Amino acid sequence: MAKEKEKITTKIWYEEPEADNPFAAKVSYCSGYDVYGELLGKISWPEYIYLLFKLEKPQAWQAELIEAVAVAIANPGPRDLSVRAAMNGGVGGSTAASCLMAALAPGAGKNGGAREVYQVMRLWQQCQFDLQLWQQNLSDYKDELAVEVWPASEHPPGFDPYGASCATPVLQTLKHLTTIYSDGALAYLSSKREQLERSANCPLGMTGVIAAAFTDLELSDEQAEMLFLLLRLPGAAVHALEQKKLGWRKYPFFGDGLTLTNDPGPVQPVQEAL
Amino acid sequence: MRGPDALKKAEDNWHTDMGAWFSDGRTVLRGKDLFNELDDLSWFKYHMFGITGKMFSDSQINLIEKIWTLTVSYPDPRLWNNRVAALSATAGSTGILGSSAAIGVSEAKTYGNQVSKSAIHFIKNAIEVDSEDKNLSNFLKSELRENRVIPGYGRPIIATDERIQPLLNEAKKYALDKGPHVKLAFKIEKLLITLGYRLRMNAAGLIVALMADLGFSENEFYYYSILAFSSGIIPCHIDAANQKEGTFFPLNCGRLNYTGVEKRHW
Repeated sequence: MAKEKEKITTKIWYEEPEADNPFAAKVSYCSGYDVYGELLGKISWPEYIYLLFKLEKPQAWQAELIEAVAVAIANPGPRDLSVRAAMNGGVGGSTAASCLMAALAPGAGKNGGAREVYQVMRLWQQCQFDLQLWQQNLSDYKDELAVEVWPASEHPPGFDPYGASCATPVLQTLKHLTTIYSDGALAYLSSKREQLERSANCPLGMTGVIAAAFTDLELSDEQAEMLFLLLRLPGAAVHALEQKKLGWRKYPFFGDGLTLTNDPGPVQPVQEAL
Repeated sequence: MRGPDALKKAEDNWHTDMGAWFSDGRTVLRGKDLFNELDDLSWFKYHMFGITGKMFSDSQINLIEKIWTLTVSYPDPRLWNNRVAALSATAGSTGILGSSAAIGVSEAKTYGNQVSKSAIHFIKNAIEVDSEDKNLSNFLKSELRENRVIPGYGRPIIATDERIQPLLNEAKKYALDKGPHVKLAFKIEKLLITLGYRLRMNAAGLIVALMADLGFSENEFYYYSILAFSSGIIPCHIDAANQKEGTFFPLNCGRLNYTGVEKRHW
């Protein structure tokens, strides 16, 4: 008897093949819905994102919240660490994918990146709506794992370590998202923000707002980390393309910005080999 | 609030003792001039100097390099990280994109860089426990209770590890096989078997013991291992790039085992 071929097990996707080619899908179903026969032209991108992650049709507020989050974080601007990494690709004429891969690396981090969103998601799971627990965790934040490939946290996740006060776009985003869903983590964060900031000794950051929105959407910590990475790529893409056109001469090199503290100085000029 | 003072001070102001290029033609790494003081080094010795700041002997470098050759350079495109490079090639993508993505994927929990980071942490803890005459058996049991694994012991797919003996032979060749961490690694293997756990030492267990005996810290070992898989990854890209596009393990529609909800309408 022929050995059964190995398969990819998935709850997300099912395909029926074309009659003349088993490698070409005639119909593709996402969680039971015909993607090209029914969903295309009928549902919005945020609705489809929700369906992909949650395998169910969203309620109106859920799609609206994803759309608002997507706009809020699509472009953190060219000073952002992940966008800067992408621009370094663009300015040197690197491949498009490498620019986005470059953006993903710093954009994954614990300082304003997706790992920080993951950490805040974990805090929501642990603290929920218990203010005292939040305050304890924020005033003395400890990484959950002693050994991990991520560097040790240097600030309470969800808060801006270098903020003087809560930045206006963060407040605007929190306010807007809370109008979309006012009965959960976002609303709690809005009402307790100042108390939490005092415990963290830092103002609320964008990662804190987005993690609250993802908590209201009942995403898992890993789903939130992934979606945050994904939704921040548009800005990285366009800024990389812009710098590619402008070229390296118009892009900072920090020529006088580096001080080598142990420079041995000129040693001996290398002699030409005879 | 701490505020932005640290950022203000750091603006256009990066102080470092790691290295720099100078427009007068000099390059310095860790206080040494590349063209005058480091120019005789092999690439690997230079690489290790950049990571650790230490100048290893030829024997040590040979062993450190051999660890990569013998244990993590398998050119098999079915291995999960290597497959990323092969998939990139069959999709008509570049060698660097495929290989760098594969290196990223190598930072995995079931194999790869996350495991080896845990493994060096474990062996360094274990040697403290052992030297302080604490009960090693209890330590192992509590590790298993808390983490369900002993990093560096056990292996997915098959139980034994064919890499142990060749690597050990290599270490013997340079008389680097008798360090305290290596001795302890074998003692732990015996103890685990005595305790009834079917967990034999895997290559990561021996690698971290050898590297700990060479004086590598956990962090130095992590950075050392970043490119470890690259010699297995790149051939997998070449192989798939040399064959017809899209033919690397193609999957027909029937190869999806769908376990989701029935067909429905929006």
